[in-house]
Amino acid sequence: MTAFSADASRTLGGPDWLTRRRAAAAERIADLTWPSTAEEIWRYSAVDRFDPDRYVPVPAGELGLPGAEDVPGGGLLAAEAGERSGLVVVRNGRVVHHELDPALEARGVRVQGLATDTDGIAEPWLGRCSDASPDAFTVLHDAFLAGGAFVHVPRGVVVSAPIVVLHWSEGDGRATFPHTLVVAEEGSEVSVVDRYSSRGRDHLVDAVVELLVGDGAHVRYLSVQEHGPETWQVALQRAHLGRDAGLRASAVALGGDYARLRSETRLDGPGAESDLLAVYFGDGHQMLDFRTLQDHSAPDTRSNLLFKGAVEDEAHSVYSGLVHLRPEAQRSEAYQTNRNLVLTDGAGAESIPNLEIEANDVRCSHASTVGPVDDDQRYYLATRGIPPEEADRLIVMGFFDDVLTRLPVRSLVAPLRAAVTRKIEQRGSVRA
Amino acid sequence: MSRLEISGLRAAVDGFEILRGVDLEVESGQVHVVMGPNGSGKSTLSHVVMGRGDYTVTGGSVRLDGEELLGLPTWQRAVRGLFLAMQYPVAVPGVPVGEVVAAAARARGVDPAATLDRIGTEATRLEVRDEFLARGVNDEFSGGEQKRMETLQLAVLEPRIAVLDEIDSGLDVDALSDVARRVEAMTEEHDLGVLAITHYARLLDELRPDRIHVLMAGRIVASGGPELAQQLEATGYEGLAADLGIEEMALRRPVAADPFAEPGF
Ligand SMILES: Nc1ncnc2c1ncn2[C@@H]1O[C@H](COP(=O)(O)OP(=O)(O)OP(=O)(O)O)[C@@H](O)[C@H]1O
Ligand SMILES: [Mg+2]
Repeated sequence: MTAFSADASRTLGGPDWLTRRRAAAAERIADLTWPSTAEEIWRYSAVDRFDPDRYVPVPAGELGLPGAEDVPGGGLLAAEAGERSGLVVVRNGRVVHHELDPALEARGVRVQGLATDTDGIAEPWLGRCSDASPDAFTVLHDAFLAGGAFVHVPRGVVVSAPIVVLHWSEGDGRATFPHTLVVAEEGSEVSVVDRYSSRGRDHLVDAVVELLVGDGAHVRYLSVQEHGPETWQVALQRAHLGRDAGLRASAVALGGDYARLRSETRLDGPGAESDLLAVYFGDGHQMLDFRTLQDHSAPDTRSNLLFKGAVEDEAHSVYSGLVHLRPEAQRSEAYQTNRNLVLTDGAGAESIPNLEIEANDVRCSHASTVGPVDDDQRYYLATRGIPPEEADRLIVMGFFDDVLTRLPVRSLVAPLRAAVTRKIEQRGSVRA
Repeated sequence: MSRLEISGLRAAVDGFEILRGVDLEVESGQVHVVMGPNGSGKSTLSHVVMGRGDYTVTGGSVRLDGEELLGLPTWQRAVRGLFLAMQYPVAVPGVPVGEVVAAAARARGVDPAATLDRIGTEATRLEVRDEFLARGVNDEFSGGEQKRMETLQLAVLEPRIAVLDEIDSGLDVDALSDVARRVEAMTEEHDLGVLAITHYARLLDELRPDRIHVLMAGRIVASGGPELAQQLEATGYEGLAADLGIEEMALRRPVAADPFAEPGF
């Protein structure tokens, strides 16, 4: 634990407000107890294998100075980012390139690094979501938050093409702390894509995403994680929605050794609506772990969750979700569906949906399935002359189709479909 | 010229024999019809010919142009020219018919693009609306819509011999004649051989069968020309069974002893 010291945290630099926030978190590290699978929220996870001593935060010297344009133009990654109105490249948790359509800049939209926010514009927003749901990993994150992406859309401004944030982390035994803070003020609209990739033996990505969706604002959000096979990810994504706000959040999880995403949505304002989608596919010895919370704390709110996953080889997945309808949430609707395909005998999936209902005038349902590819479907396709491997590919892609076609960023649907197809076609070839 | 030869075919589920020695021959361009009471083994026959895993073949053979099919996986039987339109077609959500047919073409070493073109033509002929081409095949289709979709695939895939298990069930009168005419045209234009399972003489008006066979309790008990269907309309299966001195028409599986049953309860 010595590597995650207050001294190491102090060297990261940046504006005073950020340094103070880190220092406050760093003081708490010594007293942290690491979670264990005995806690319900970590049940079935791989946290018992977590050993903080295996990791060292990326030293300040390697991160470079805040604001240094290490990757002019965004580099190679930018070329792959696709259609966009803004781009942020985050390397090892610190922004190394950012750009924005000048027309949007003129309307007050901000896309920048937290570590270069000397005016403290982000200060009142940073942590609003994550502080409301802390755990040992968010404390560590706060103590070593080197920078991260900040997207701010002022009142009434509509950003039509997505803002793309590319998070790249690397280094054997290194820990990185990517952060994305999206603030969509009243009546604004924006789409944000976070793409995570990483490389390195024993690499830890401790990530936080905060989505603050103001009254009447609409945010579309897509996160895609294609981490390297030895990366551990522990991520929190949390959204707070105001009155009549709308959020369409989706996650595509394909990479990592152990990759956890805790996705929480609080519907704070009456009339708020959120749609939550995920596609995940584990192979080799991967473990993909999802914990969701649909927290309704205002009347007339609506949330709809659909998470679909597949596991093959020796991979495992966990889905554990809670729908919480608080007493104030009268006339609200909440739906939660998790479906899993287990493609090989060695693979497995856990699915634990939960409801906590404290209001009497609500509509709510949950559904969960775990099972192999349907033999009847295979047989049907065989009667057309389709061999079993090809039938499985069709059935699995068909299974994901309703989520893939609903992903909020159209231009990424085809490449993500291709990425999922590659996973299916590699079956059995990724055994460690 | 193709020939499907089913001889002495016996098959069982969980040790219970459902097919008890079936003999049938279908040649290119011919239409054979199998009729029989519910539970007599008609669908089982179609699945055993196609190689569904749930059944154990206990005897006999199924040959296509002299080649033994028993032992081949289902998809290879289809690639060799067999097609089964199921009584209860299976929904494959998220997989539209175009993808099914393209994959089927690839398995046959045929250019999928040419096959895909034909879907549009067949959809028009069979009055299948675009909506049903876009959706997952059979996914939340009505019974009749499923049967049109089965016929569309039959027409696009152009097998040599097709087993059509109640292709007429669920179809309204207009759809029934669209489907029957399409099948009839295939027998003439492409020399398709048909083994059609049905309960209704109406299909026979359009399909003009060469032979009618009656299956009872896992055996063909009578074969004849179209007049056999008329006779059945008049007498019913019971009448026919009485004429032939047959006691068992459908199959009744013995109730398995409950291993947890305890005496005295
Ligand atoms: N997979 C199976 N497992 C158990 N029993 C089966 C199976 N398939 C068929 N059977 C039994 O075998 C008998 C014949 O069934 P089959 O479906 O072949 O009848 P059918 O002649 O097609 O009837 P219908 O006219 O109602 O379609 C029935 O008693 C049925 O319950
Ligand atoms: Mg039947």
